[in-house]
Amino acid sequence: MLGGSAGFPVPLVPSRRPTVHDRPPRGRHQEAPTVPHPVPATPRVVVLAGGLSHERDVSIRSGRRVAEALRSSGVEVSVHDVDADLVPALAETRPDLVWPLLHGAGGEDGSVRDVLELLGVRSLGTGPRASRVAWSKPIAKTTVTRAGIATPEFVTLPQSLFRELGAGRVMDAVVARLGLPLVVKPSRGGSALGVTLVRTAEELPGAMVACFAYGDTALIERAVEGVEVAVGVVELDGSPVALPAVEVVTDGPYDYDARYNPGRTEYFAPARLSDELAARAAETAVAAHQVLGLRHLSRTDLIIDAEGQPWFLEVNVAPGMTETSLFPQGAEAGGHHLPTLYRRLVEAGLAAS
Amino acid sequence: MTALERPDGTASGPHPTPAAGTRLDRWLGSYAERTHGMRASEIRALFAVANRPEVVSLAGGMPYLEGLPLDVLGDLAQRVVATRGTTALQYGSGQGDETLREQILDVMRLEGIEAHPDDVVVTTGSQQALDLVTRLFVDPGDVVVAEAPSYVGALGVFRAYQADVVHVPLDAEGLVPEALEATLADLARQGRRVKLLYTVPNFHNPAGVTLSAERRPRILEIAARYGVLVLEDNPYGLLGFDREPLPAMRSMSDEGVIYLGSFSKTFAPGYRVGWAVAPHAVREKLVLASESAILSPSNASQLAISAYLATCDWRGQVKAFRELYRERRDAMIGALAEHLPDASWTVPDGGFYTWVRLPDGLDAKAMLPRAVTARVAYVPGTAFYFDGQGADHMRLSFCFPTPERIREGVRRLAGVVSAESELVSLFGTGGQAVRGDVQSPGPDLA
Repeated sequence: MLGGSAGFPVPLVPSRRPTVHDRPPRGRHQEAPTVPHPVPATPRVVVLAGGLSHERDVSIRSGRRVAEALRSSGVEVSVHDVDADLVPALAETRPDLVWPLLHGAGGEDGSVRDVLELLGVRSLGTGPRASRVAWSKPIAKTTVTRAGIATPEFVTLPQSLFRELGAGRVMDAVVARLGLPLVVKPSRGGSALGVTLVRTAEELPGAMVACFAYGDTALIERAVEGVEVAVGVVELDGSPVALPAVEVVTDGPYDYDARYNPGRTEYFAPARLSDELAARAAETAVAAHQVLGLRHLSRTDLIIDAEGQPWFLEVNVAPGMTETSLFPQGAEAGGHHLPTLYRRLVEAGLAAS
Repeated sequence: MTALERPDGTASGPHPTPAAGTRLDRWLGSYAERTHGMRASEIRALFAVANRPEVVSLAGGMPYLEGLPLDVLGDLAQRVVATRGTTALQYGSGQGDETLREQILDVMRLEGIEAHPDDVVVTTGSQQALDLVTRLFVDPGDVVVAEAPSYVGALGVFRAYQADVVHVPLDAEGLVPEALEATLADLARQGRRVKLLYTVPNFHNPAGVTLSAERRPRILEIAARYGVLVLEDNPYGLLGFDREPLPAMRSMSDEGVIYLGSFSKTFAPGYRVGWAVAPHAVREKLVLASESAILSPSNASQLAISAYLATCDWRGQVKAFRELYRERRDAMIGALAEHLPDASWTVPDGGFYTWVRLPDGLDAKAMLPRAVTARVAYVPGTAFYFDGQGADHMRLSFCFPTPERIREGVRRLAGVVSAESELVSLFGTGGQAVRGDVQSPGPDLA
């Protein structure tokens, strides 16, 4: 655990000297951006990590990984928490780019990006309005449906509704309509916190209580059986490209422990899918990225059922970047060298108008 | 990184199909059996937020070090290195610095313990002493009898050595002798090997209660009759608010007790200096075990503490801490009475903690995310049991936050309890989905 009341007191200091990875090679499809900005030889980047969400710990680990990788590719990086020191620090140091690696509220709901916009600081990734849409699972699900993407049938129910209509009646109606098994999750949030797979109606009340401990609104969706995959999307030269899907196999639920304690989860990168299914998964992730207006990078979580139908579960505008996270695994499976990839993302962020 | 990486950053051609998946841990098949229960707990992740200044943490057992004369301690540390650096920065005795061991006798005399410097083994915090004692005595499957509830860090050590912990109830006067007798008799009937009775007699962590003077010899007699060694863990003994310390159990039995002491709560945990006092033969083995684990405890830390004890008014410092913590205890108990009338709690007369029973139906672990959202943190009761009990309890610490922050924290907690109560009555059940538990204390939960 972190010590010190200052939270994440990493000063804004110059990083190591640039290394041999300083100048990343240009990919075949790399073209000059339409509105060119001069990209400094040694970009100065602030990685935002921490924050006050339930996923603070994961965010700090993601931030450290990305910062380390960027340093080794010749980027000058400092890591900063979201706290009272942030605004003065940004005003003083004027970094070329901020990379928000915040998970959970504030970081993924667009509000921190709003503040960065107010300050005139450029940031990597999805803008505030699209972040707000993606962060709300029900709104994201509804939005992707418009692009013809399948998503498990669901209802979004605030706690107050259960009180007004009677919890038993509402739960009965949910089970009657959606059937079993169900997945109950907070309408916002990540890392599977507050998520329960409900196999019997008797398990539903406990799942609701666990979910509402994390937030006021629950998303209840029909559980789809199938292959669980995550597909990263990157925009290095203006158009979104899917990384290979990463398949997740767990003994038991893919819960917090399974995500962050190596050993309980088996990952297949790339996923064990036929070329056709892999292409469908990639298309779905790219389509979700586009219809939601996401930028630079995202990760879409899908389940591919026995008929080969990909079902959209959710999308992450700030995908986890820890040692066990799915986005970096997909990137490596796609042949990317992570420090180089992260530097190219920084350059894409700097080049964006 | 994998063999697939391309340092030039370009994507490879068609995706190769992996022969097998990866569990991201090539040593997965190599771990010792005792690691199999280790889990990455959501609870620990939630505590990451508790370190932020916006959060009132009633979770940690961190002493309030701003109460120390830090400038004086800085000068002392400087002088130790400048004048005795070739000793302070060198390896030392496996048993610990002899001068410090003599000074430790002065500390223990306050609780009636008469011992010889040779009886003392200095350790890296009393946590290491716990580990060494368990290593010496506990084989997998052996029973350790402990209070219900018990210090989370001790349970972590017992778990690591694959002990089976059997809990014995506490009441307002500490461990209940009749319950201990019944438990030991029952275990004897089952043919179980009971190796240790682990107890925190003073200002119990987490329960806040103190074993009464009247019960102390009775507990020792029962343990002796069943051939069980008593492990007396006493980090808080000098931090009583209203009276002088009770005689330590070690003061009543030289041969039946291993006593653990610590400077972490009465002085500063950062030095990591604790000690064990053990019967002669046990002490010899403790030294050997400690040498094999760490060669020697830190000389720099020992010499700094020794200089502090020799040149500062440490008794006055302990008294100042007692007054400080009493004021905070009063703030905590007052705020609980005002804001959480439907809960019940122990009123400690020393130490750092009160043990709170939540209103019916509430699960402290399931409620923790809501508390963190409301910017207050505590330790769920299940952390202090080996067997999943304690869901309806939580430990609140009053050692670190100021009285104002304690009142604010309890006020926030009351809002959390009220919202959770409403939720539970709405659905007629407690939440069950917060997985994992605190399996080791974490550096600031001890």
